[in-house]
Amino acid sequence: MIDRTKSAESPRDSCVDSDVEHKEIISPFFGSCPLPIFEHKNIVLGHGSGGKLTAELISKVFLPAFANPILDKLDDQAVFEVNGARLAFTTDGFVVTPIFFPGGDIGRLAVNGTVNDLAMSGARPLYMSAAFILEEGLAAEDLRRVVASMGVAAREAGVQLVTGDTKVVNRGKGDQIFITTTGIGVIERPVNISASRARPGDKVIFSGYLGDHGMAIMSQRENLEFEGSIESDCAPLHELVAAMLEICEKSGFDGPIHCLRDPTRGGAATTLNEIAAQSGVGIHIREALLPVRESVRGACEILGLDPLYVANEGKLVAIVGAEAADTVLLRMHEHPLGRDAVIVGRVLRERPGMVTMETGVGGTRILDVMFGEQLPRIC
Amino acid sequence: MKYLDEYRDGRVARKIVDEIRHVQTKPWVIMEVCGGQTHSIVKNGIDYLLPEGVELVHGPGCPVCVTPLEMIDKAHAIARRPDVIFCSFGDMLRVPGSDGDLFTIKSEGGDIRVVYSPLDCLKIARANPDKQIVFFAIGFETTAPANAMLAWRAKQEGVANVSLLVSHVLVPPALDAILQSPQNRVQGFLGPGHVCAVMGYEEYEPISARFRVPIVVTGFEPLDILQGTLMTIRQLETERAEVENEYSRVLNREGNKAAQALISQVFEVGDRKWRGIGSIPRSGYHLREEFRAHDAERLFDVARIDTREPEICISGQILRGIKKPKDCPAFGTLCTPQRPLGATMVSAEGACAAYYAYGRHLNKEEVDVPVRSLGGAA
Repeated sequence: MIDRTKSAESPRDSCVDSDVEHKEIISPFFGSCPLPIFEHKNIVLGHGSGGKLTAELISKVFLPAFANPILDKLDDQAVFEVNGARLAFTTDGFVVTPIFFPGGDIGRLAVNGTVNDLAMSGARPLYMSAAFILEEGLAAEDLRRVVASMGVAAREAGVQLVTGDTKVVNRGKGDQIFITTTGIGVIERPVNISASRARPGDKVIFSGYLGDHGMAIMSQRENLEFEGSIESDCAPLHELVAAMLEICEKSGFDGPIHCLRDPTRGGAATTLNEIAAQSGVGIHIREALLPVRESVRGACEILGLDPLYVANEGKLVAIVGAEAADTVLLRMHEHPLGRDAVIVGRVLRERPGMVTMETGVGGTRILDVMFGEQLPRIC
Repeated sequence: MKYLDEYRDGRVARKIVDEIRHVQTKPWVIMEVCGGQTHSIVKNGIDYLLPEGVELVHGPGCPVCVTPLEMIDKAHAIARRPDVIFCSFGDMLRVPGSDGDLFTIKSEGGDIRVVYSPLDCLKIARANPDKQIVFFAIGFETTAPANAMLAWRAKQEGVANVSLLVSHVLVPPALDAILQSPQNRVQGFLGPGHVCAVMGYEEYEPISARFRVPIVVTGFEPLDILQGTLMTIRQLETERAEVENEYSRVLNREGNKAAQALISQVFEVGDRKWRGIGSIPRSGYHLREEFRAHDAERLFDVARIDTREPEICISGQILRGIKKPKDCPAFGTLCTPQRPLGATMVSAEGACAAYYAYGRHLNKEEVDVPVRSLGGAA
């Protein structure tokens, strides 16, 4: 009994030791610890950025506690069967400041964010729940506006908000309003869409301009007034996805839409990296083909940010079999949310897990996962 | 986008590269001085475009990188105080001191704010009269005028609760130190465009003459860097050593006289320690005596801090152009932006961090050849 306790504890002890020694230089145990080490004493903002720190939090804190085959896929939604029906299930928390911004508000975002996570599996969104954490002192009128906007967004997306919860926290313990939405949808077509299904030769499609949402929020938050205001692209994508799937069926293609993702936090570059890693393929894109609005490019230049890493809320990245790519693209162009869709690159067998880009001047660079938060540069 | 696309044109880039190929007969080592230039080179893959034998090495011009560890520890000690609102440019937040970074201090309750202009501190100070507003005034000559303006206006307008923690450094003494080193490999410089926009480039002429080294003041867009490289190689191939200006759309020989006047009103030149390089005489700015009421180092009793850098780190050699990030065994494995071991990994502008951000730790061999052989992307 005693022995077993000891042997269970000893690897943990060696983790702690190696952790301490890291601060000096390098531990002799580096990389050899049998248990995941989470090195941060406290959570920092970067853990919410969608980049490497978030991935570390998930792999070292959440996955060990919850691991199961559905979660381990790390898709934006869980897909499972109940009595023969294929369901998609997802949840998302929304903490944006300011709560009203050009092109949307936290309520619209909370509905569309969850609708889009469902849509990326090919599901038709059906029902949603919403949980509100309200800060003492929040203007009742602001809450009414947010909730009304959620109602409109839900009607637009064809989902019903069927259950919810409200909590109020002391002033200073929240930031006006936090919303968590959970959604459930049904997958009616015989599709199999997952970030792990990209295949060499597939084309990479972006559904429209990159970085609108992130820069709209950033310019409001930092009181940066850019010429020609930048509006969030917040929109429900399930109809666009349905149109893409429908045209493939009609044209007789065999499930050519392999991956769909909405590139929210961490931006398009992070999404491409996730797909490359989960599918074990390389992805190569061309900078000259990237759709970025003048105003967003300008704002990014000023702040030293890269639009490829800025959040979107109404865009998708599709990995589509080469045979169907042009058909899908043409159909996307007919939909208002896919009007500016472009093929930006393709999937390679070479360099699995890596995303590369041919730069505008003809050089090459690797697009890595963002480390933490993107920070405005000093000069 | 106007005024940007013109300097990122792939066809013009190919023309300049062809011209470099045409002019160059010998191998040359050229240092780009600025972190912003390093960033642009790696981001655009410019070093992969250049012909073999033209080697770009990365200079000391990353203000975040060269800020000494003890100064960062001082900043952290001040930022931890409950009576302080600590203001900084964004990319200082992630720079680790001996114990954590400003993000960590923020997560522990410190009031840390990112400002875009130092003058934002005046607003914050007026809105928080019971707090001390401390601005981390770092940078080269580029940020000096705006930082000087904060001190000047705080004094002028009697905003008593604003102070500056100054760690300013100057480019010309650093170039001098690099060229004097017996290990020096640098044969020509792409001079610092933004620094010279403030200071002009007259002060680089004696350096160029004394060490017989071409200095071409260069901008930051891909075509600027290619053109600056071409101009430097032309000088080297014809055995000239002059200061030339590639960035004439932005600056001239005299620089910005008004900015220079403000700097000398607020700051005086003194010795400074550079992270990874060591102390360089007369290589930094300090607040003048008249501004002592706004000098955070005097206002806050920050005990002398002893620091130690990891021995494995070669950032000192990287900052002087002797080595490159990929020469370091720790690069991308033990040393990452998440857990940086030294100066050049801590800031986005540092050579190691730029290499890492653009994924160069991921591939063992250089990436361009296999990609090109695959043909077009889309």
